[in-house]
Amino acid sequence: MSELRGVIVSHAAVAQALVAAVTAITGIEGVLTAVSNEGCGTEALGERLRQAVGQGPAVLFVDLPGGSCFSSSVRYAKQGGGGAELAVVTGVNLAMLLDFVFHRDISPADAARRAVDAGAKAIRVTGAPA
Amino acid sequence: MTLALYRVDDRLIHGQVVVGWGQPLDCSFIVLVDDEVSGSDWEQDLYRMGVPPTIEVIFASVEQAAAHLADWEADARVGILLVGDVDTAVALANRAPEVKKLNIGGVHHRAGRSERLRFVYLTDDEAAKLKQLAARGVDVTAQDVPTARAVPIGEFT
Repeated sequence: MSELRGVIVSHAAVAQALVAAVTAITGIEGVLTAVSNEGCGTEALGERLRQAVGQGPAVLFVDLPGGSCFSSSVRYAKQGGGGAELAVVTGVNLAMLLDFVFHRDISPADAARRAVDAGAKAIRVTGAPA
Repeated sequence: MTLALYRVDDRLIHGQVVVGWGQPLDCSFIVLVDDEVSGSDWEQDLYRMGVPPTIEVIFASVEQAAAHLADWEADARVGILLVGDVDTAVALANRAPEVKKLNIGGVHHRAGRSERLRFVYLTDDEAAKLKQLAARGVDVTAQDVPTARAVPIGEFT
């Protein structure tokens, strides 16, 4: 089985920035690929996903639970993902990606569930008056 | 109120529509006109996930949309009608005289299309069809978000 990779799918340059941040923090390169929907229709974004995913397996980390990045990612996975084993996570954040790059010896579905857990734990209110 | 926006956007329901246009228009319903999506439960679920529960989403084929357009125009709420390509817009306009304006919001590159604006790529045939619509009195402009200028058809066809 090929090594599990992550593909971040976002509006504008969010994905690119997240990849750079993960590399800056961990020093790990080549595990995450950034895909932007900039200038893309559905067809072009699907092609960008196909190129980024390759043979997989992969987790697609999408910025929003709705919209063109989300619908294209789910559609690509639903239509077979070019033969790659895929899972889709929405609401990508840096915390879940940092956890993901160190825990990739599991299936895409398990990695997706783990990423959601790690990402959610990082969202909290601090420093606000009680 | 009425259908405040008739939009051609190959991404159909996405952020620019729901947030960019939906918020300032105070949109309460979106009509997605697409023959394929109107017959696909999983694609409808997919598009519904991108819309807050306060906005109703109606899926329709071109024929269904043409039959119900007058009702949506008479709706007390504000709505947005979406189609995914120029051909669907023309098919609807040919069946429904209620279509008096058309916003080209996002038609992206594919083989045979050339860039007309940053967010509008058209084949010569698509450009000609839009000009024909305009000649029949439909107000055709290109505008991706409300804060941008509505570009007249003469500047992008």
